[in-house]
Amino acid sequence: MVVKCEQVWHEISNYLEGEVDPTLRTAMDEHFRTCQRCSSVLEGTRNVIRLYGDERMMEVPSGFGRRLERRLAQNVRLTGGGWSVWSTWLVPVAALVLIAGGLRVANSLTAGPELKSEHAQPGQGVPPDMLVVVTSDAKLFHAAGCDFIHNKQTERTLTAKEAMRQGYVPCLRCMREYLHTAAKGHSALGAQAAAHIDTEDGNPHGGGE
Amino acid sequence: MVLNNPVVRNPAQDAATTREQDLIARVQRGQNELFYELVKPYERRVYAAAFAILRNETDAEDVAQEAVLKAFANIRQFRAEARFSTWLIQITVNEALMRRRRERTVVMEGIDDRRDEESDYAPRDFADWREIPSEALERKEVRQKLAAALASLDRKYREVFVLRDMEQLNIQETADALGISVASVKTRLLRARLMLRDLLAAGWEQGWFSRLPFEKGNKPW
Repeated sequence: MVVKCEQVWHEISNYLEGEVDPTLRTAMDEHFRTCQRCSSVLEGTRNVIRLYGDERMMEVPSGFGRRLERRLAQNVRLTGGGWSVWSTWLVPVAALVLIAGGLRVANSLTAGPELKSEHAQPGQGVPPDMLVVVTSDAKLFHAAGCDFIHNKQTERTLTAKEAMRQGYVPCLRCMREYLHTAAKGHSALGAQAAAHIDTEDGNPHGGGE
Repeated sequence: MVLNNPVVRNPAQDAATTREQDLIARVQRGQNELFYELVKPYERRVYAAAFAILRNETDAEDVAQEAVLKAFANIRQFRAEARFSTWLIQITVNEALMRRRRERTVVMEGIDDRRDEESDYAPRDFADWREIPSEALERKEVRQKLAAALASLDRKYREVFVLRDMEQLNIQETADALGISVASVKTRLLRARLMLRDLLAAGWEQGWFSRLPFEKGNKPW
């Protein structure tokens, strides 16, 4: 089989890819041995492929890798990635936080607060089923008939337990009896605080409710 | 010289492949922080593929980053029968092609392309040849000249050439990545290689490689 230059040029890329049949390959090999022009084309093409195939031909902008790494890291964080590494210390830390929080709650339930004043009295001493009176835009609950009830036209009656659940606190005047009892149960300061009510700041309503 | 991606194994390659397979498996199991280590050897190739299609540094970098993020998001779908580098480059090409379609650039280029493919390309320079040593690429000037020659090719030739001869995808993978037939890849590849050869031969005349140790009177091809 004899091939012409034009046919060689047409097949030279396939020849370099190893994609010509053996007969044609043999014929092209023979042609290259005798044709200086075609061997020039062959070797020039090989040079092209070898030079461009070198990784040095793939230049990237300065800082490209750094920016890519940073963006990837941001994405990994946003998608919750890197969990396996974080978990090595995050889980024990979370466990410690839970334990510490649990201990604090347990402590608060057993020891009770160190009350400094009846103003801080949450009203545990008030019988929960006792009927009390609250009014709109006020913060205190009162015994019926208390002189310190403001805005009486909006009065409504409910249990002390429900009043406290709704965020009301006991009036220091009409509920003093229960507060003294409760304060004594928590702290000796309760009695002292009660004794100071009239002399220090007797009006629990301050500037009014 | 046969370019059919021959699988010529050596211990270093085997070690690198094993290391890569190990990294892939670990990332697929959730060690996401290892993904950059997996991608790093190919980051230049990812950028080059995007740049070959978009011809704009900013767009190429953006698309390269998007492609890597997409690969990360889909790493669990990667199957070991494919090469990771090929999979990554194909994602990059796809992202770049989508970006170009969105921006509707060089729409008219395709009209003349068909005519070019129908005619054979005849080499123009037949001077004596000699192998160009790869050390030539140490010179920035040489790299710039080669890059300029590549940039001067029509888009369809440039893309096929970059994917096959620079990114080392095989013919079928190149066809798949660009959404063209294998026959078109072969035709375009032939023309791209021969045109670049002629362009570089002209560069020789202009002294691109004048400081290289060639014998007097011989061109490198």
